[in-house]
Amino acid sequence: MGKTVHIITSPVMGTFYRASAPDKPPLVEPGQSVKPEDIVCMIESMKIFTEIRCGHTGVVEKILVENEDPVMKNQALMEIALR
Amino acid sequence: MLFKKILIANRGEIALRIIRTCREMGIPTVAVYSDADRDSLHVRRADEAVHIGPALSRKSYLNQAAVIAAAKQTGADAVHPGYGFLSESAAFAQACHDSGLTFIGPSARTIARAGDKSAARQTLMELGIPVIPGSGDVITSPDAACDTAEKVGYPVILKAAGGGGGRGMRIARSRQDLAAAFSVASAEAGAAFGNPALYLEKYIEKPRHIEIQILGDQSGSHVHLGERECSIQMRYQKLIEEAPSPFVDEPLREQLGSTAIRIAKAFEYTNAGTMEFLVDRNRNFYFMEVNARVQVEHPVTELITGIDIVRKQIEIAAGRELGLTQSDIRFDGWAMECRINASDPADNFMPSPGKITSVKFPGGPGVRLDTHIYDQYLVTPFYDSLIGKLCVWAPDRDQAVRRMKRALDEFEITGIATPIDFYKKVMTHERFQNGDLDTHFLEQMDTL
Repeated sequence: MGKTVHIITSPVMGTFYRASAPDKPPLVEPGQSVKPEDIVCMIESMKIFTEIRCGHTGVVEKILVENEDPVMKNQALMEIALR
Repeated sequence: MLFKKILIANRGEIALRIIRTCREMGIPTVAVYSDADRDSLHVRRADEAVHIGPALSRKSYLNQAAVIAAAKQTGADAVHPGYGFLSESAAFAQACHDSGLTFIGPSARTIARAGDKSAARQTLMELGIPVIPGSGDVITSPDAACDTAEKVGYPVILKAAGGGGGRGMRIARSRQDLAAAFSVASAEAGAAFGNPALYLEKYIEKPRHIEIQILGDQSGSHVHLGERECSIQMRYQKLIEEAPSPFVDEPLREQLGSTAIRIAKAFEYTNAGTMEFLVDRNRNFYFMEVNARVQVEHPVTELITGIDIVRKQIEIAAGRELGLTQSDIRFDGWAMECRINASDPADNFMPSPGKITSVKFPGGPGVRLDTHIYDQYLVTPFYDSLIGKLCVWAPDRDQAVRRMKRALDEFEITGIATPIDFYKKVMTHERFQNGDLDTHFLEQMDTL
């Protein structure tokens, strides 16, 4: 039976960050359990930082973008295996 | 020749602005650029251009070593930092000096002193310059907050020590209010910034943001170039500026101007700078901060004084005297600026990067446009959202507002969201037309 997966996408064109600041550890790692209110990554666009919340309960399955990579609006960022 | 060659450590409209004055002065220029700005106009307009790194500012425009290496490699003897990026970095100003380059701005020592907000506040209080009354230091208990509030008088505002943006911010109008507000603000600040510490200040109702442009040379002479009214803001970001201010009369201008010069002298300020004030309805004013750089909105001052501020910056940095006394500074007419940002007023002014599919520029009498955009230009998400500054000049404010509306009507940008249509509504708003402005105007515009 296939798992149900939620894909987190970027709300805006910008730069993808896995941590809330350069000297902080990544917000989440693959395999980690996450809740809807958890912040899983940040997108910076034109000096404005947007916190991306998970929105679902599950486990981080895959992180699809490298830290500091540019991302497009609606680009897939992470896969969350729903529970 | 003042300088052999000037490197411009910036991008976008301000890099172009500086190149324009350098060309008029006959000084060759060097542009620097990141991967994202290869096709930018500032690269094309400069005499030479040096690639300094990838798109992320931290790795290019904020990379001090790369900027200085570019200057040395091209034989530049001065660096103009523009605004933002390295412009208010004391370390960068010092690094330029240590590499034998003239930094076109205040000394490293002045930048450091003006940038240390609480020390600067203390220095100016000792000189009797009005600052917003408040706690000065962080406050750790509701009781301490109430004690300070009794001294400065209600209403008061609590602000998070760890950061801004409205979080951890609460207004209290009485002792009961304040005790409750303290715990909420402290919890909010802790959650947002990992630091529950708060400051307390007297809350200024319906304040105006009014700032004074100053110039100072290396022999210690200073003049001010009058005020700019910058009350039209969204979340503390200025959007529309004008000079003069519809609120400032001659006695207040004289007071603000002489206070700004006293502040400049206290910091041994050289080059161009701005002293920012909050002004209340009763014309009481309070010093906020020094902006130790050329400012985005400097063109409105240029338009009413006829002084090229960037040219003055270059001359002062080269050791020339001002050649101006206060009585030489004359104000003629009215100037206004609308900041054209890649942002969407329909989506809470969120960034709107993307490709500009077509653009038609305004023109005609009294219109000045500083911009780096063109047809098919890609507005990348890596930098500030400012893509242009539309300025107008007219003999009086009423005509300036009409001219701005006319110029906005001519300005067409497709492909990305901009506030152009939003500004047209501001220009036709009765309160704006009457010059009845305060820093909350835009938030309340639809209900006024």
